Amino acid sequence: MGEISPPLLMKKGAEACLYLAEWHGRKVVMKKRLPKGYRLSEMDEQIRSYRTIHEPQLIHEAKRAGVPTPTIFLVDVKNSTIIMEFIEGKQLKRLLNEVSEKDRLHLCRQVGELIGKLHKHGIVHGDLTTSNMIQSSDGKIFFVDFGLGEKTKELEALGVDLHLMKRALQSTHFKFAEECFQNVIEGYSSVLDAGTVKNVLDKIREIERRGRYIAERRS
Amino acid sequence: MTRRKPMEGCCLGIESTADDFSVGIATFNGEILANIISAYMPPEGGIHPREAARHHAENASKVLEEAFKKAGIKPKDLSVIAFSQGPGLGPCLRTGATVARALASYLGVQLVGVNHCVAHIEIGKLKNDAEDPVTLYVSGGNTMVAAFDAGRYRVFGETLDIALGNCLDVFAREAGLRQKPGEPFGAIVEKLARNGRRLIPLPYTVKGMDMSFSGLLTASINMLKKGDLKLEDLCYSLQETAFSMVVEVTERALAHTEKKEVLLTGGVAANRRLQEMVRSIAEEHDARFCTVPKEFAVDNGAMIAWAGVLAFTHGVTTPIDESFVKLRWRLEEVEVPWVK
Repeated sequence: MGEISPPLLMKKGAEACLYLAEWHGRKVVMKKRLPKGYRLSEMDEQIRSYRTIHEPQLIHEAKRAGVPTPTIFLVDVKNSTIIMEFIEGKQLKRLLNEVSEKDRLHLCRQVGELIGKLHKHGIVHGDLTTSNMIQSSDGKIFFVDFGLGEKTKELEALGVDLHLMKRALQSTHFKFAEECFQNVIEGYSSVLDAGTVKNVLDKIREIERRGRYIAERRS
Repeated sequence: MTRRKPMEGCCLGIESTADDFSVGIATFNGEILANIISAYMPPEGGIHPREAARHHAENASKVLEEAFKKAGIKPKDLSVIAFSQGPGLGPCLRTGATVARALASYLGVQLVGVNHCVAHIEIGKLKNDAEDPVTLYVSGGNTMVAAFDAGRYRVFGETLDIALGNCLDVFAREAGLRQKPGEPFGAIVEKLARNGRRLIPLPYTVKGMDMSFSGLLTASINMLKKGDLKLEDLCYSLQETAFSMVVEVTERALAHTEKKEVLLTGGVAANRRLQEMVRSIAEEHDARFCTVPKEFAVDNGAMIAWAGVLAFTHGVTTPIDESFVKLRWRLEEVEVPWVK
Protein backbone atom coordinates (compact mmCIF):
# COMPACT_ATOMS: atom_id res chain seq x y z
CA MET A 1 0.00 0.00 0.00
CA GLY A 2 2.94 2.31 -0.56
CA GLU A 3 5.31 3.71 1.95
CA ILE A 4 3.80 5.00 5.13
CA SER A 5 6.15 6.70 7.44
CA PRO A 6 6.30 7.26 10.30
CA PRO A 7 2.88 6.56 11.84
CA LEU A 8 2.29 8.57 14.96
CA LEU A 9 -0.49 7.50 17.31
CA MET A 10 -2.85 10.43 17.39
CA LYS A 11 -5.74 8.97 19.30
CA LYS A 12 -6.46 5.67 20.87
CA GLY A 13 -10.19 5.45 20.59
CA ALA A 14 -12.35 2.68 21.86
CA GLU A 15 -13.01 1.30 18.44
CA ALA A 16 -9.97 2.20 16.45
CA CYS A 17 -6.57 3.77 16.66
CA LEU A 18 -5.91 6.87 14.61
CA TYR A 19 -2.39 7.40 13.35
CA LEU A 20 -1.07 10.49 11.71
CA ALA A 21 1.19 9.48 8.85
CA GLU A 22 2.85 10.68 5.73
CA TRP A 23 1.70 8.90 2.58
CA HIS A 24 2.99 9.86 -0.85
CA GLY A 25 3.85 13.26 0.49
CA ARG A 26 0.44 13.81 2.01
CA LYS A 27 -0.55 14.10 5.60
CA VAL A 28 -3.00 11.27 6.17
CA VAL A 29 -4.92 9.63 8.93
CA MET A 30 -4.60 5.90 9.21
CA LYS A 31 -7.61 4.47 10.95
CA LYS A 32 -6.94 0.99 12.16
CA ARG A 33 -9.57 -1.11 13.86
CA LEU A 34 -7.60 -3.32 16.18
CA PRO A 35 -8.84 -6.72 17.31
CA LYS A 36 -10.84 -6.52 20.51
CA GLY A 37 -9.73 -9.14 22.98
CA TYR A 38 -13.07 -9.16 24.80
CA ARG A 39 -15.08 -10.19 21.74
CA LEU A 40 -14.99 -13.66 20.24
CA SER A 41 -12.60 -13.47 17.29
CA GLU A 42 -15.33 -14.63 14.92
CA MET A 43 -17.65 -11.80 15.90
CA ASP A 44 -14.79 -9.36 16.17
CA GLU A 45 -13.57 -9.96 12.62
CA GLN A 46 -17.09 -9.66 11.28
CA ILE A 47 -17.73 -6.34 13.02
CA ARG A 48 -14.37 -4.88 12.07
CA SER A 49 -14.48 -5.81 8.41
CA TYR A 50 -18.11 -4.70 8.12
CA ARG A 51 -17.29 -1.28 9.54
CA THR A 52 -14.09 -0.96 7.50
CA ILE A 53 -16.00 -1.52 4.27
CA HIS A 54 -19.05 0.54 5.12
CA GLU A 55 -17.40 3.56 6.62
CA PRO A 56 -15.60 4.68 3.42
CA GLN A 57 -18.77 4.08 1.41
CA LEU A 58 -20.76 6.32 3.69
CA ILE A 59 -18.02 8.95 3.82
CA HIS A 60 -18.12 9.05 0.05
CA GLU A 61 -21.91 9.25 -0.08
CA ALA A 62 -21.92 12.02 2.51
CA LYS A 63 -19.58 14.07 0.35
CA ARG A 64 -21.97 13.66 -2.56
CA ALA A 65 -24.76 14.89 -0.30
CA GLY A 66 -22.78 18.06 0.28
CA VAL A 67 -21.35 17.27 3.68
CA PRO A 68 -17.59 17.82 4.01
CA THR A 69 -15.83 14.57 4.88
CA PRO A 70 -12.22 13.43 4.55
CA THR A 71 -11.19 12.01 1.19
CA ILE A 72 -10.60 8.28 1.28
CA PHE A 73 -7.28 7.21 -0.20
CA LEU A 74 -7.13 3.52 0.55
CA VAL A 75 -9.14 0.75 2.16
CA ASP A 76 -7.35 -2.33 3.40
CA VAL A 77 -10.04 -4.73 4.61
CA LYS A 78 -7.62 -7.48 5.55
CA ASN A 79 -5.95 -5.21 8.09
CA SER A 80 -9.14 -3.27 8.90
CA THR A 81 -7.39 -0.09 7.92
CA ILE A 82 -8.58 3.03 6.14
CA ILE A 83 -6.23 5.71 4.91
CA MET A 84 -7.85 9.09 4.53
CA GLU A 85 -7.20 12.80 4.34
CA PHE A 86 -6.09 14.50 7.54
CA ILE A 87 -8.41 17.35 8.41
CA GLU A 88 -6.48 20.09 10.10
CA GLY A 89 -8.74 21.99 12.46
CA LYS A 90 -10.51 22.02 15.75
CA GLN A 91 -13.00 19.56 17.18
CA LEU A 92 -16.41 21.05 17.85
CA LYS A 93 -16.23 19.44 21.27
CA ARG A 94 -13.59 22.05 22.19
CA LEU A 95 -14.81 24.83 19.98
CA LEU A 96 -18.32 24.94 21.44
CA ASN A 97 -16.90 25.63 24.88
CA GLU A 98 -14.52 28.32 23.67
CA VAL A 99 -16.49 30.57 21.37
CA SER A 100 -19.08 33.25 22.10
CA GLU A 101 -22.71 32.32 22.48
CA LYS A 102 -23.56 33.78 19.10
CA ASP A 103 -20.86 31.77 17.35
CA ARG A 104 -21.81 28.67 19.28
CA LEU A 105 -25.40 28.82 18.15
CA HIS A 106 -24.29 29.55 14.60
CA LEU A 107 -22.07 26.48 14.65
CA CYS A 108 -24.95 24.38 15.92
CA ARG A 109 -27.16 25.68 13.17
CA GLN A 110 -24.56 24.69 10.60
CA VAL A 111 -24.29 21.25 12.17
CA GLY A 112 -28.06 20.93 11.91
CA GLU A 113 -27.95 21.82 8.24
CA LEU A 114 -25.30 19.17 7.61
CA ILE A 115 -27.27 16.50 9.47
CA GLY A 116 -30.28 17.54 7.40
CA LYS A 117 -28.29 17.04 4.20
CA LEU A 118 -27.21 13.58 5.33
CA HIS A 119 -30.73 12.56 6.20
CA LYS A 120 -32.12 13.98 3.01
CA HIS A 121 -29.85 11.60 1.14
CA GLY A 122 -30.68 8.64 3.32
CA ILE A 123 -27.48 8.64 5.32
CA VAL A 124 -27.52 8.14 9.05
CA HIS A 125 -24.25 8.96 10.79
CA GLY A 126 -24.81 6.71 13.79
CA ASP A 127 -22.54 8.52 16.20
CA LEU A 128 -23.26 12.23 16.08
CA THR A 129 -21.09 13.67 18.82
CA THR A 130 -19.18 16.92 18.81
CA SER A 131 -15.90 14.99 18.83
CA ASN A 132 -16.80 13.67 15.39
CA MET A 133 -17.07 17.16 13.93
CA ILE A 134 -14.05 19.22 12.97
CA GLN A 135 -13.96 22.80 11.81
CA SER A 136 -11.13 23.22 9.33
CA SER A 137 -9.10 26.39 8.97
CA ASP A 138 -11.35 27.66 6.16
CA GLY A 139 -14.40 27.39 8.43
CA LYS A 140 -15.96 24.29 6.89
CA ILE A 141 -17.33 21.72 9.29
CA PHE A 142 -16.21 18.17 8.49
CA PHE A 143 -18.03 15.09 9.73
CA VAL A 144 -15.80 12.13 10.53
CA ASP A 145 -16.20 8.61 11.88
CA PHE A 146 -19.06 7.01 10.02
CA GLY A 147 -18.24 3.59 11.46
CA LEU A 148 -21.68 3.16 13.01
CA GLY A 149 -23.56 4.74 10.15
CA GLU A 150 -25.99 3.22 7.71
CA LYS A 151 -27.91 3.95 4.52
CA THR A 152 -31.54 4.29 5.39
CA LYS A 153 -34.47 6.66 5.20
CA GLU A 154 -36.35 4.96 7.99
CA LEU A 155 -37.88 7.46 10.37
CA GLU A 156 -36.74 5.45 13.36
CA ALA A 157 -33.09 5.65 12.28
CA LEU A 158 -33.29 9.39 11.58
CA GLY A 159 -34.90 9.96 14.95
CA VAL A 160 -32.29 7.93 16.82
CA ASP A 161 -29.53 9.81 14.98
CA LEU A 162 -30.79 13.20 16.18
CA HIS A 163 -31.63 11.82 19.60
CA LEU A 164 -27.98 10.79 19.90
CA MET A 165 -26.88 14.30 18.95
CA LYS A 166 -29.07 15.65 21.73
CA ARG A 167 -27.70 13.14 24.21
CA ALA A 168 -24.13 13.95 23.21
CA LEU A 169 -24.79 17.65 23.80
CA GLN A 170 -26.34 16.88 27.17
CA SER A 171 -23.45 14.76 28.36
CA THR A 172 -20.54 16.90 27.13
CA HIS A 173 -22.02 20.40 26.84
CA PHE A 174 -24.73 20.23 29.51
CA LYS A 175 -24.41 23.93 30.32
CA PHE A 176 -25.89 24.99 27.01
CA ALA A 177 -27.19 21.74 25.59
CA GLU A 178 -30.73 22.94 25.19
CA GLU A 179 -30.16 26.04 23.11
CA CYS A 180 -27.52 24.18 21.11
CA PHE A 181 -29.92 21.42 20.19
CA GLN A 182 -32.62 23.92 19.39
CA ASN A 183 -30.29 25.51 16.85
CA VAL A 184 -29.34 22.14 15.44
CA ILE A 185 -33.04 21.55 14.82
CA GLU A 186 -33.41 24.96 13.21
CA GLY A 187 -30.60 24.21 10.79
CA TYR A 188 -32.02 20.76 10.18
CA SER A 189 -35.45 22.21 9.43
CA SER A 190 -34.02 24.60 6.86
CA VAL A 191 -32.82 21.69 4.73
CA LEU A 192 -35.67 19.21 4.92
CA ASP A 193 -39.32 19.69 4.09
CA ALA A 194 -41.65 20.60 6.92
CA GLY A 195 -43.50 17.28 6.86
CA THR A 196 -40.36 15.19 7.29
CA VAL A 197 -39.08 17.49 10.03
CA LYS A 198 -42.32 17.15 11.94
CA ASN A 199 -42.27 13.37 11.60
CA VAL A 200 -38.67 13.18 12.77
CA LEU A 201 -39.33 15.46 15.75
CA ASP A 202 -42.36 13.39 16.72
CA LYS A 203 -40.20 10.31 16.40
CA ILE A 204 -37.55 11.78 18.71
CA ARG A 205 -40.20 12.40 21.35
CA GLU A 206 -41.45 8.87 20.92
CA ILE A 207 -37.91 7.48 21.30
CA GLU A 208 -37.39 9.53 24.42
CA ARG A 209 -40.63 8.35 25.94
CA ARG A 210 -39.61 4.81 25.15
CA GLY A 211 -36.41 5.38 27.11
CA ARG A 212 -36.43 4.25 30.66
CA TYR A 213 -37.53 6.58 33.42
CA ILE A 214 -38.10 9.62 31.30
CA ALA A 215 -39.79 12.33 33.31
CA GLU A 216 -42.04 13.16 30.38
CA ARG A 217 -43.79 9.81 30.67
CA ARG A 218 -45.20 10.79 34.05
CA SER A 219 -48.03 12.72 32.50
CA MET B 1 -22.32 -8.89 69.45
CA THR B 2 -21.25 -5.52 70.76
CA ARG B 3 -23.54 -2.59 71.17
CA ARG B 4 -22.37 0.34 69.13
CA LYS B 5 -21.94 3.78 70.53
CA PRO B 6 -24.89 5.81 69.31
CA MET B 7 -22.72 8.86 68.60
CA GLU B 8 -21.06 7.05 65.72
CA GLY B 9 -24.20 7.46 63.62
CA CYS B 10 -26.08 4.76 61.76
CA CYS B 11 -28.37 4.87 58.76
CA LEU B 12 -30.97 2.24 57.96
CA GLY B 13 -31.74 1.84 54.29
CA ILE B 14 -34.82 0.27 52.71
CA GLU B 15 -34.73 -1.04 49.17
CA SER B 16 -37.94 -2.05 47.41
CA THR B 17 -37.73 -0.89 43.78
CA ALA B 18 -38.60 -4.24 42.22
CA ASP B 19 -38.68 -7.88 43.31
CA ASP B 20 -36.39 -7.58 46.34
CA PHE B 21 -37.25 -6.17 49.73
CA SER B 22 -34.09 -5.44 51.61
CA VAL B 23 -32.92 -3.63 54.72
CA GLY B 24 -29.34 -2.56 55.24
CA ILE B 25 -27.63 -0.70 58.05
CA ALA B 26 -24.49 1.38 57.49
CA THR B 27 -22.41 3.45 59.89
CA PHE B 28 -21.34 6.95 58.97
CA ASN B 29 -17.83 5.53 58.50
CA GLY B 30 -18.95 3.20 55.78
CA GLU B 31 -19.15 0.01 57.75
CA ILE B 32 -22.01 -2.23 56.63
CA LEU B 33 -23.55 -3.77 59.76
CA ALA B 34 -26.38 -5.62 58.08
CA ASN B 35 -27.75 -6.34 54.64
CA ILE B 36 -30.80 -8.61 54.69
CA ILE B 37 -32.45 -9.37 51.36
CA SER B 38 -35.80 -11.05 50.89
CA ALA B 39 -36.37 -11.93 47.25
CA TYR B 40 -39.80 -12.33 45.73
CA MET B 41 -39.86 -15.07 43.16
CA PRO B 42 -42.93 -15.23 40.97
CA PRO B 43 -44.26 -18.78 40.54
CA GLU B 44 -44.20 -18.07 36.83
CA GLY B 45 -43.84 -15.21 34.40
CA GLY B 46 -42.18 -11.91 35.24
CA ILE B 47 -42.58 -9.66 38.25
CA HIS B 48 -46.17 -8.69 38.93
CA PRO B 49 -45.83 -5.33 40.69
CA ARG B 50 -48.81 -5.87 42.99
CA GLU B 51 -47.73 -9.37 43.97
CA ALA B 52 -44.18 -8.18 44.61
CA ALA B 53 -45.51 -5.31 46.74
CA ARG B 54 -47.59 -7.78 48.73
CA HIS B 55 -44.45 -9.82 49.34
CA HIS B 56 -42.66 -6.67 50.56
CA ALA B 57 -45.47 -5.73 52.94
CA GLU B 58 -45.65 -9.24 54.34
CA ASN B 59 -41.92 -9.54 54.88
CA ALA B 60 -41.02 -6.01 55.96
CA SER B 61 -41.17 -6.49 59.72
CA LYS B 62 -39.30 -9.80 59.59
CA VAL B 63 -36.51 -8.33 57.45
CA LEU B 64 -36.25 -5.24 59.67
CA GLU B 65 -36.04 -7.36 62.78
CA GLU B 66 -33.36 -9.55 61.25
CA ALA B 67 -31.33 -6.50 60.20
CA PHE B 68 -31.38 -5.04 63.73
CA LYS B 69 -30.36 -8.39 65.14
CA LYS B 70 -27.52 -8.81 62.64
CA ALA B 71 -26.26 -5.27 63.25
CA GLY B 72 -26.55 -5.59 67.00
CA ILE B 73 -28.26 -2.25 67.38
CA LYS B 74 -31.64 -1.01 68.58
CA PRO B 75 -33.96 1.19 66.50
CA LYS B 76 -33.20 4.15 68.77
CA ASP B 77 -29.52 3.95 67.77
CA LEU B 78 -30.43 5.08 64.27
CA SER B 79 -29.72 8.65 63.23
CA VAL B 80 -31.42 8.64 59.84
CA ILE B 81 -33.66 6.46 57.64
CA ALA B 82 -33.03 6.15 53.89
CA PHE B 83 -35.25 4.53 51.29
CA SER B 84 -35.12 3.99 47.56
CA GLN B 85 -37.41 6.68 46.20
CA GLY B 86 -37.07 5.56 42.57
CA PRO B 87 -36.79 4.60 39.81
CA GLY B 88 -38.79 1.41 40.00
CA LEU B 89 -42.20 -0.21 40.17
CA GLY B 90 -44.85 1.97 41.82
CA PRO B 91 -46.52 -0.46 44.22
CA CYS B 92 -43.13 -1.83 45.33
CA LEU B 93 -41.60 1.60 45.85
CA ARG B 94 -44.62 2.82 47.79
CA THR B 95 -44.46 -0.14 50.17
CA GLY B 96 -40.83 0.60 51.04
CA ALA B 97 -41.52 4.32 51.31
CA THR B 98 -44.39 3.70 53.71
CA VAL B 99 -42.21 1.59 55.99
CA ALA B 100 -39.50 4.25 55.88
CA ARG B 101 -41.87 7.12 56.71
CA ALA B 102 -43.41 5.16 59.58
CA LEU B 103 -40.01 4.35 61.06
CA ALA B 104 -38.68 7.87 60.67
CA SER B 105 -41.68 9.52 62.28
CA TYR B 106 -41.82 6.96 65.08
CA LEU B 107 -38.14 7.46 65.88
CA GLY B 108 -38.22 11.18 65.23
CA VAL B 109 -35.28 11.07 62.80
CA GLN B 110 -34.77 12.52 59.34
CA LEU B 111 -35.72 10.78 56.14
CA VAL B 112 -33.60 10.61 52.98
CA GLY B 113 -35.00 9.54 49.61
CA VAL B 114 -32.23 7.87 47.64
CA ASN B 115 -31.94 7.34 43.89
CA HIS B 116 -31.55 3.62 43.31
CA CYS B 117 -28.94 4.03 40.55
CA VAL B 118 -26.85 6.45 42.61
CA ALA B 119 -26.89 3.88 45.43
CA HIS B 120 -25.58 1.13 43.13
CA ILE B 121 -22.65 3.33 42.11
CA GLU B 122 -21.89 4.49 45.65
CA ILE B 123 -21.80 1.03 47.22
CA GLY B 124 -19.55 -0.10 44.36
CA LYS B 125 -17.18 2.76 45.06
CA LEU B 126 -17.23 2.06 48.81
CA LYS B 127 -16.51 -1.64 48.43
CA ASN B 128 -13.64 -1.01 46.01
CA ASP B 129 -12.21 2.13 47.51
CA ALA B 130 -12.80 3.62 44.07
CA GLU B 131 -12.89 7.36 43.53
CA ASP B 132 -14.18 8.16 40.11
CA PRO B 133 -15.14 5.16 38.00
CA VAL B 134 -16.91 4.69 34.71
CA THR B 135 -19.80 2.49 35.85
CA LEU B 136 -21.49 -0.24 33.85
CA TYR B 137 -24.73 -0.96 35.68
CA VAL B 138 -26.55 -3.96 34.26
CA SER B 139 -29.56 -5.56 35.86
CA GLY B 140 -33.06 -6.76 35.13
CA GLY B 141 -34.39 -3.22 35.08
CA ASN B 142 -31.42 -1.07 34.13
CA THR B 143 -28.62 -1.00 31.58
CA MET B 144 -26.48 2.10 31.60
CA VAL B 145 -22.96 3.42 31.40
CA ALA B 146 -22.48 6.38 33.72
CA ALA B 147 -19.69 8.58 35.00
CA PHE B 148 -19.43 11.62 37.23
CA ASP B 149 -19.09 15.06 35.67
CA ALA B 150 -19.84 18.48 37.14
CA GLY B 151 -21.93 17.65 40.16
CA ARG B 152 -23.86 14.70 38.83
CA TYR B 153 -23.55 11.20 37.46
CA ARG B 154 -24.08 11.52 33.73
CA VAL B 155 -25.52 8.75 31.62
CA PHE B 156 -23.16 8.19 28.70
CA GLY B 157 -25.06 5.36 27.16
CA GLU B 158 -28.09 3.28 27.99
CA THR B 159 -30.57 0.89 26.53
CA LEU B 160 -33.11 2.34 24.17
CA ASP B 161 -35.64 -0.34 25.10
CA ILE B 162 -35.35 -3.30 27.48
CA ALA B 163 -32.61 -3.96 30.03
CA LEU B 164 -29.92 -6.57 29.42
CA GLY B 165 -31.02 -8.66 32.42
CA ASN B 166 -34.59 -8.50 31.21
CA CYS B 167 -33.48 -9.77 27.80
CA LEU B 168 -31.75 -12.79 29.38
CA ASP B 169 -34.68 -13.48 31.74
CA VAL B 170 -37.34 -13.42 29.05
CA PHE B 171 -35.24 -15.62 26.79
CA ALA B 172 -34.76 -18.12 29.63
CA ARG B 173 -38.49 -18.18 30.36
CA GLU B 174 -39.28 -18.69 26.68
CA ALA B 175 -36.85 -21.60 26.67
CA GLY B 176 -38.85 -23.17 29.48
CA LEU B 177 -36.10 -22.79 32.08
CA ARG B 178 -37.01 -22.44 35.75
CA GLN B 179 -35.25 -20.24 38.24
CA LYS B 180 -34.72 -21.31 41.81
CA PRO B 181 -33.81 -19.37 44.94
CA GLY B 182 -30.08 -18.76 44.68
CA GLU B 183 -30.08 -19.60 40.97
CA PRO B 184 -31.71 -16.83 38.98
CA PHE B 185 -32.24 -17.04 35.22
CA GLY B 186 -28.98 -15.21 34.54
CA ALA B 187 -26.99 -17.90 36.33
CA ILE B 188 -28.79 -20.67 34.44
CA VAL B 189 -28.14 -19.01 31.08
CA GLU B 190 -24.50 -18.50 32.05
CA LYS B 191 -24.12 -22.18 32.90
CA LEU B 192 -25.67 -23.29 29.62
CA ALA B 193 -23.59 -20.77 27.67
CA ARG B 194 -20.43 -22.31 29.06
CA ASN B 195 -21.20 -25.44 27.04
CA GLY B 196 -22.05 -23.53 23.89
CA ARG B 197 -19.57 -23.85 21.02
CA ARG B 198 -21.20 -22.40 17.97
CA LEU B 199 -21.65 -18.68 17.48
CA ILE B 200 -25.01 -18.02 15.84
CA PRO B 201 -25.21 -14.59 14.16
CA LEU B 202 -27.64 -12.36 16.07
CA PRO B 203 -28.42 -8.63 15.72
CA TYR B 204 -25.70 -6.51 17.28
CA THR B 205 -27.25 -3.10 17.91
CA VAL B 206 -25.12 -0.22 19.11
CA LYS B 207 -26.41 3.21 18.17
CA GLY B 208 -23.86 5.79 19.14
CA MET B 209 -23.51 5.22 22.86
CA ASP B 210 -26.91 3.60 23.23
CA MET B 211 -27.92 0.00 22.81
CA SER B 212 -31.02 -1.93 21.89
CA PHE B 213 -31.79 -5.44 23.11
CA SER B 214 -35.33 -5.97 21.91
CA GLY B 215 -34.36 -7.03 18.39
CA LEU B 216 -31.73 -9.34 19.80
CA LEU B 217 -34.32 -10.91 22.11
CA THR B 218 -36.87 -11.40 19.32
CA ALA B 219 -34.27 -12.92 17.01
CA SER B 220 -33.07 -15.27 19.75
CA ILE B 221 -36.60 -16.40 20.56
CA ASN B 222 -37.34 -16.97 16.86
CA MET B 223 -34.21 -19.12 16.56
CA LEU B 224 -35.25 -21.00 19.67
CA LYS B 225 -38.70 -21.70 18.30
CA LYS B 226 -37.27 -23.10 15.09
CA GLY B 227 -36.06 -25.88 17.34
CA ASP B 228 -33.04 -26.98 15.32
CA LEU B 229 -30.41 -25.20 17.37
CA LYS B 230 -28.86 -26.29 20.63
CA LEU B 231 -30.00 -24.25 23.61
CA GLU B 232 -26.40 -24.10 24.81
CA ASP B 233 -25.30 -22.51 21.53
CA LEU B 234 -28.14 -20.00 21.68
CA CYS B 235 -27.36 -19.00 25.26
CA TYR B 236 -23.72 -18.67 24.30
CA SER B 237 -24.49 -16.53 21.25
CA LEU B 238 -27.01 -14.38 23.08
CA GLN B 239 -24.57 -13.70 25.91
CA GLU B 240 -21.63 -13.02 23.63
CA THR B 241 -23.64 -10.61 21.48
CA ALA B 242 -25.34 -8.74 24.32
CA PHE B 243 -22.19 -8.49 26.42
CA SER B 244 -20.07 -7.34 23.47
CA MET B 245 -22.54 -4.51 22.99
CA VAL B 246 -22.42 -3.22 26.57
CA VAL B 247 -18.67 -3.65 26.74
CA GLU B 248 -18.16 -1.74 23.49
CA VAL B 249 -20.15 1.19 24.91
CA THR B 250 -18.31 1.00 28.22
CA GLU B 251 -14.99 1.08 26.43
CA ARG B 252 -16.05 4.12 24.47
CA ALA B 253 -17.06 5.93 27.65
CA LEU B 254 -13.73 4.97 29.15
CA ALA B 255 -11.80 6.24 26.14
CA HIS B 256 -13.88 9.42 26.10
CA THR B 257 -13.65 10.28 29.81
CA GLU B 258 -10.14 8.88 30.33
CA LYS B 259 -11.09 7.78 33.82
CA LYS B 260 -8.90 5.30 35.60
CA GLU B 261 -11.46 2.94 37.12
CA VAL B 262 -14.23 0.78 35.69
CA LEU B 263 -16.98 -0.44 37.97
CA LEU B 264 -19.23 -3.33 36.98
CA THR B 265 -22.38 -3.65 39.06
CA GLY B 266 -26.02 -4.75 39.04
CA GLY B 267 -27.41 -8.27 39.04
CA VAL B 268 -25.79 -9.20 35.72
CA ALA B 269 -22.37 -8.26 37.18
CA ALA B 270 -22.29 -11.73 38.74
CA ASN B 271 -21.69 -13.20 35.27
CA ARG B 272 -18.08 -14.39 34.98
CA ARG B 273 -17.91 -13.95 31.24
CA LEU B 274 -19.05 -10.35 31.48
CA GLN B 275 -16.53 -9.72 34.26
CA GLU B 276 -13.78 -11.14 32.08
CA MET B 277 -14.77 -8.88 29.18
CA VAL B 278 -14.94 -5.72 31.25
CA ARG B 279 -11.64 -6.57 32.92
CA SER B 280 -10.10 -6.88 29.48
CA ILE B 281 -11.06 -3.34 28.42
CA ALA B 282 -10.01 -1.96 31.80
CA GLU B 283 -6.56 -3.40 31.30
CA GLU B 284 -6.34 -2.07 27.79
CA HIS B 285 -7.02 1.47 29.00
CA ASP B 286 -4.83 1.21 32.11
CA ALA B 287 -7.86 1.42 34.33
CA ARG B 288 -8.57 -0.56 37.46
CA PHE B 289 -11.33 -3.14 37.18
CA CYS B 290 -13.78 -3.06 40.08
CA THR B 291 -16.78 -5.17 40.77
CA VAL B 292 -18.83 -5.98 43.84
CA PRO B 293 -19.74 -9.17 45.68
CA LYS B 294 -23.16 -10.40 44.68
CA GLU B 295 -24.97 -9.24 47.83
CA PHE B 296 -23.96 -5.65 47.04
CA ALA B 297 -24.37 -5.94 43.26
CA VAL B 298 -28.01 -6.99 43.30
CA ASP B 299 -30.69 -4.69 44.72
CA ASN B 300 -29.86 -4.37 48.41
CA GLY B 301 -30.63 -2.23 51.44
CA ALA B 302 -26.99 -1.65 52.35
CA MET B 303 -26.44 0.49 49.25
CA ILE B 304 -29.48 2.59 50.13
CA ALA B 305 -28.20 2.98 53.69
CA TRP B 306 -24.75 4.04 52.47
CA ALA B 307 -26.11 6.49 49.88
CA GLY B 308 -28.34 7.78 52.69
CA VAL B 309 -25.27 8.38 54.86
CA LEU B 310 -23.56 10.32 52.06
CA ALA B 311 -26.61 12.46 51.43
CA PHE B 312 -27.42 13.06 55.10
CA THR B 313 -23.86 14.01 56.06
CA HIS B 314 -23.89 16.51 53.18
CA GLY B 315 -27.09 18.14 54.31
CA VAL B 316 -29.49 16.39 51.95
CA THR B 317 -32.73 15.21 53.57
CA THR B 318 -36.26 14.59 52.32
CA PRO B 319 -39.20 16.13 54.19
CA ILE B 320 -42.10 13.69 54.58
CA ASP B 321 -44.35 15.75 52.31
CA GLU B 322 -41.77 15.49 49.53
CA SER B 323 -41.17 11.80 50.01
CA PHE B 324 -43.52 10.59 47.28
CA VAL B 325 -41.94 7.95 45.09
CA LYS B 326 -40.49 8.81 41.68
CA LEU B 327 -41.06 5.96 39.26
CA ARG B 328 -38.91 7.43 36.49
CA TRP B 329 -36.28 9.29 38.42
CA ARG B 330 -33.28 9.58 36.13
CA LEU B 331 -29.75 9.28 37.42
CA GLU B 332 -28.64 12.64 36.04
CA GLU B 333 -31.44 14.48 37.81
CA VAL B 334 -29.70 13.89 41.15
CA GLU B 335 -27.10 16.26 42.52
CA VAL B 336 -24.36 14.44 44.38
CA PRO B 337 -22.62 17.10 46.50
CA TRP B 338 -20.46 14.47 48.21
CA VAL B 339 -18.51 13.78 45.01
CA LYS B 340 -15.82 16.28 44.17
